[in-house]
Amino acid sequence: MSIIPVIEVRNVHKSFKTVQAVRGIDLTISSGQFVAILGPNGAGKTTLVEMIEGIQQPDLGDIFIMGKTWKGNEKHLRNLIGLSLQETHFIDKLNVWETLRLFASFFSLGKARCEEVINLIALGEKRKSWVVNLSGGQRQRLALGIALLNNPKILLLDEPTTGLDPNARREVWAILLKLKEQSDTSLILTTHYMEEAEQLCDYIVIIDHGKILKQGTISGLLGEIRDLPVKPVETRTITLDDLFISLTGRHLND
Amino acid sequence: MTERISNSQLFQLVMANVKELIREPGVLFWGIVFPILMSLGLGVAFTKKKDVVTSIAVIGQNHVMYQASDTASALLSFFLVNKAKFGHDKNGIITRKLRVPDDKLGATTFIFQSLSWKEAMVMLKRGNLNMVLDEKNGVVQYHFDPMNPDAQLTYLKLSKMLSSDGNVIRESNTEIHPLMVTGSRYIDFLVPGLIAMGVMMSCMWGVSYAIIERRSKKLLRRMVATPMKRSNFLVALIAVRIIMNFIEAGLLFLFAWLAFNITIQGNVAALFALFIAGNFAFAGISIFISSHTAKTEIGNGLINALSMPMMVLSGVFFSYHNFPEWSISTIQKFPLTMMADGMRSIMIEGAGFSEVMLPILILSATGFIFFISGMKIFRWH
Ligand SMILES: Nc1ncnc2c1ncn2[C@@H]1O[C@H](COP(=O)(O)OP(=O)(O)O)[C@@H](O)[C@H]1O
Ligand SMILES: [Mg+2]
Repeated sequence: MSIIPVIEVRNVHKSFKTVQAVRGIDLTISSGQFVAILGPNGAGKTTLVEMIEGIQQPDLGDIFIMGKTWKGNEKHLRNLIGLSLQETHFIDKLNVWETLRLFASFFSLGKARCEEVINLIALGEKRKSWVVNLSGGQRQRLALGIALLNNPKILLLDEPTTGLDPNARREVWAILLKLKEQSDTSLILTTHYMEEAEQLCDYIVIIDHGKILKQGTISGLLGEIRDLPVKPVETRTITLDDLFISLTGRHLND
Repeated sequence: MTERISNSQLFQLVMANVKELIREPGVLFWGIVFPILMSLGLGVAFTKKKDVVTSIAVIGQNHVMYQASDTASALLSFFLVNKAKFGHDKNGIITRKLRVPDDKLGATTFIFQSLSWKEAMVMLKRGNLNMVLDEKNGVVQYHFDPMNPDAQLTYLKLSKMLSSDGNVIRESNTEIHPLMVTGSRYIDFLVPGLIAMGVMMSCMWGVSYAIIERRSKKLLRRMVATPMKRSNFLVALIAVRIIMNFIEAGLLFLFAWLAFNITIQGNVAALFALFIAGNFAFAGISIFISSHTAKTEIGNGLINALSMPMMVLSGVFFSYHNFPEWSISTIQKFPLTMMADGMRSIMIEGAGFSEVMLPILILSATGFIFFISGMKIFRWH
């Protein structure tokens, strides 16, 4: 008996007026797997994850979440998924606790769960602070907390640490590493920081111009670099950026 | 039980909207303080004239000015009954002064001067006279420029005090009634208009702008990516607005009642129904105009493009009957006109359900139609 993958993306395409944002992507993710979608700005990361999240519809191709399509199963799937969008603003003049309570109510959850989450994201001391007065890192942690409220089977985070300083970034990573240890939640995370992908994820998908360039485990991908024509400098550790440069001639962060 | 209520989506959405509203200092100002200031400023400027002095010439009839006279003069008996003070002014002209007090509106002092027709004409041309009175065979004649609003007002005040056909009813006319009766003042006209305008503005900004802003911040998209019921989101937003509008209107009315003694002459339940219908109309329109755009600048433009013309044309501040005849039937179809006119007819003219049933139905239908069409094209993402 084969286990149904948590997420299955089959030959998905999506175009906007003049841009082909996603051009034929296939992807399979199994339970408990942490997957990074790594690619520069405009690669199609957001478009891809929003299609998986059921927020956008693909022009072509199929997406299955726990073996089910979005059509006809939205109510059921919404309860399984936790997500954070790229650059969401919450209500400025609600405080952290009120914001958690609001979103918890959408999942019919009460105070107890909000209490757990506020501790998990280490915002207990900021519970009475208005969202507008939070730092970038605190806001991202709040967004992450909201994504985790319903104990999701699948967590989708779109650039959860973009724009954060290294400390704030590590705080977000710590929460996710703890989650990885303690649950069988699957994670899809988009980023253009290869360090983030290396730290958190066991499987990495490199995309550019709406297509997958390479995918595999970190060791597998790094192993491939040795066979590539452009060799990294001896004194430095080999990174995914080196792989990206050798594939495209560009840096990831460009 | 309380736990179940406080955990419910609708409760949390309502509370979020309430908190957002009361934590916005602008809301308190624009929603409550501003309309009150406006009614105070305009009300005082156009309603409450402190101690207006009106000069009236009484032609060539020195004898009617004196106390001792046995002539059957309507004017004299009027002076006597009302105890108009006899005297001379600094030019030696015989005068009678009558002060009609009104604690809400300020007193009017009538100064009757005994003048010849010629003297009166000179003073009239200089603008020192509001009206000329003449008495022939006990019938008082009024001479004034019908285009001059001051003269009109003087005529209204005087002719009401003297009887309509010019004859004083001697015995019964022993007290003076304030002539600027409640209902005919500018403040009575203004307050219903301000309330209607408040509802329009509050819905447009509080519902339309709030939705567009949430869409532009991607909050709308984030919320519908949960099992939240979309209807709960809209119901909470609209319900909180209507409650807020009710409080704002109540406070404005309370203020106008305390400061200007304004009243509701007609059916209060009808007024309530009309108010709710107006709220429905503007909430529906607000959902419609916010149904698509994610750009707050476009939202701004749409709201202004709709609300500004209505504010000017619908007769909030002055009667739309000043506009050309051909435009009036169109103006009367605007929802703001319907609401303001209906509220005025109840508050000032004493109308009841039968008079405002049509506007109530039309406003409710307007709200319903715009709401349904708005939902058809509503973009949650
Ligand atoms: N709603 C949209 N309308 C038009 N173009 C879009 C839209 N969303 C994304 N795009 C375009 O699609 C491409 C991929 O965008 P996106 O998925 O946001 O990339 P990434 O998240 O990797 O930066 C970009 O060229 C972007 O400009
Ligand atoms: Mg993106």
